[in-house]
Amino acid sequence: MIFILIIAGVLFIVLTIAAGLIYIERRLLGLWQDRYGPNRVGPFGLTQVVADMIKIFFKEDWVPPFSDRPVFVLAPAILISTILLTFAVVPFAPGFNVLDSNIAVLFFLGNSSLGVYSIVLGGWASNNKYSLLGAMRASAQMLTYEVFMGLSLMGVVMLADSFNLREIVEAQRHGWFIFPQFIGFVIFLIAGIAETHRLPFDIPEAEGELVAGYHSEYSGMKFGMFFVGEYMGVTLISALITLMFFGGWLGPAFLPPIVWFFLKTAVFICFFILLRASLPRPRYDQLMGVGWKILLPLALLNILVTGALLLYFK
Amino acid sequence: MFSILRSLWYTFLHAFHKRETILYPEEKPYLPPRYRGRIILSRDPDGIERCVACYLCAAACPVDCISLQAIEGENGRRYPAFFRINFSRCIFCGYCEEACPTYAIQLTPDFEMGEYNRQNLVYEKEHLLISGEGKYHGYDFYKVAGIDAGVKEKGEGANEQPPVDVKSLMP
Amino acid sequence: MNTIFYIAAALALISTGLAIAGKNAIHSLLFLILSLLSISVIFYILGAPFIAALEIIIYAGAVMVLFIFVIMMLNVGMERETEKRWLKPRMWVVPLILGTILLIDFIFMLKTMAHEETARQIILPKQVGVSLFTTYVLGVEIAGMLLLAGIVGAYHLGRQKKKVIHRFLKKEEIIEVPNLKK
Repeated sequence: MIFILIIAGVLFIVLTIAAGLIYIERRLLGLWQDRYGPNRVGPFGLTQVVADMIKIFFKEDWVPPFSDRPVFVLAPAILISTILLTFAVVPFAPGFNVLDSNIAVLFFLGNSSLGVYSIVLGGWASNNKYSLLGAMRASAQMLTYEVFMGLSLMGVVMLADSFNLREIVEAQRHGWFIFPQFIGFVIFLIAGIAETHRLPFDIPEAEGELVAGYHSEYSGMKFGMFFVGEYMGVTLISALITLMFFGGWLGPAFLPPIVWFFLKTAVFICFFILLRASLPRPRYDQLMGVGWKILLPLALLNILVTGALLLYFK
Repeated sequence: MFSILRSLWYTFLHAFHKRETILYPEEKPYLPPRYRGRIILSRDPDGIERCVACYLCAAACPVDCISLQAIEGENGRRYPAFFRINFSRCIFCGYCEEACPTYAIQLTPDFEMGEYNRQNLVYEKEHLLISGEGKYHGYDFYKVAGIDAGVKEKGEGANEQPPVDVKSLMP
Repeated sequence: MNTIFYIAAALALISTGLAIAGKNAIHSLLFLILSLLSISVIFYILGAPFIAALEIIIYAGAVMVLFIFVIMMLNVGMERETEKRWLKPRMWVVPLILGTILLIDFIFMLKTMAHEETARQIILPKQVGVSLFTTYVLGVEIAGMLLLAGIVGAYHLGRQKKKVIHRFLKKEEIIEVPNLKK
């Protein structure tokens, strides 16, 4: 019974945050661009989310006749399900998690690597040249950044001596891992942005070049699932940064642990939006070049140094 | 690397700047008097309509949204029998105002003319005609024109010489 | 646990069969991914969560994406004539013999081996790591050497020998006066 309640709670929290981010992102972008953002529907424009949702549900759910129908329908579902599955291993507070897994970090990496399929297949099934270009960019970009996304987390895993997210957080009781693992944090942050293909790394969907990239042909709630999936990805990466590098729910006792967790996550979500507001999109080959030539060696070096120091001080 | 952080910081500082947006329905923006908005027909200082139905505005209109019919009243004064502007076609270019020899047709700084029914955008003369002089005060075309239309006698105008007696041989 | 195992095994078998029989290349690959996922479930049930995760990350997540990438680039799936030309009946003989030998082997093994319950102990990532760097250190080293050779080879193949630079971006010393005598 408790188990089902926790699952429902996690689903509710994640979907609420993802939907709320539609509003929050637009307001924050407005804030950083000297505008107001949506402020008409309801108090402070809060019910804009509801209006958007109603609109997106009632749009025509169109499957192009030239598309590969089963794959086209499957693609957005893959994205949502992989991200929601990953939230199963995210501990929100001590005891408040669906699954206390011993391979939580690996589970996250596996799911994020499966998430590539949604974009690749969505772009391919659309049977549209822009979508295909977007899909190819996405597959190359996400494959690249997965490699050192995993490697950048290995330093944390070494320090905490576990793949379990709960134990990783408990190991930060005497100091957040951002201090010993600063390079790992920076690499994970960059890889996380690339993995959720948010701006400035939204190369798969670059509006200026590829119309909307892999989801050009999508409409209605199928597009909505890509849309919400992106926000859930942002929430997921922010939650993982909080868990891995910023001590998760640990904090002074005047607030309950879950509040600490959400506060820290919210800071990173806002940081993601700030990145979107301020940075231009790099060129495709620049992104790949930075990935393979700078970040991968850095991640490997980070692992090497962390391992050597751990061995020395043991 | 440093420039990325700097641009992040500067963008963040924009959170404390003044908003550029004008919240429109509550807060109206200032529009200059020569703004090209809703078209009106004005009257001269005597309160008679200025339009002499010369068709120049209709000829100048690039989208052909103006239609009118001229008739002649008592004492030879021309005026439009009907004057119709289709604002669903009008592009507010202001050519009609430039073409008008009598300052009758004028554009005003009013743009709030949304309608739910397209037919309501066809304005007739009684919708267009205002009871004032618009932007050009004190101007009366018949006071400087060479004809007698009940405003002044022929040759009585400001820079006008008395009419030549064509039957006389004297210069 | 047994039911989940049988479901996953059946899924693996069916999807592998569909992957082989499928006509559309991308659909076949999707079934192959499904079969890899169900195999990773089997690994998990057998008590090897680390291998299960690696199966997803490496095979389902990276290798198959590359496959799909290549198929997308080549735009395969339209032509079946070449495939028919390649697959002559003569070509089935050797695989058939090999497969029969394997099947006989399999049946023989099932007959002779007692149905003993394998001890279900969960092997944690740490144990895998420890055994990799103590018992099987030689294998790891050899694999590392092989991969290094692969990387060097890939670098050599992918090296750009002659760069075509836009004339605006060319530096002064690169511009040479074209030899008109040649």
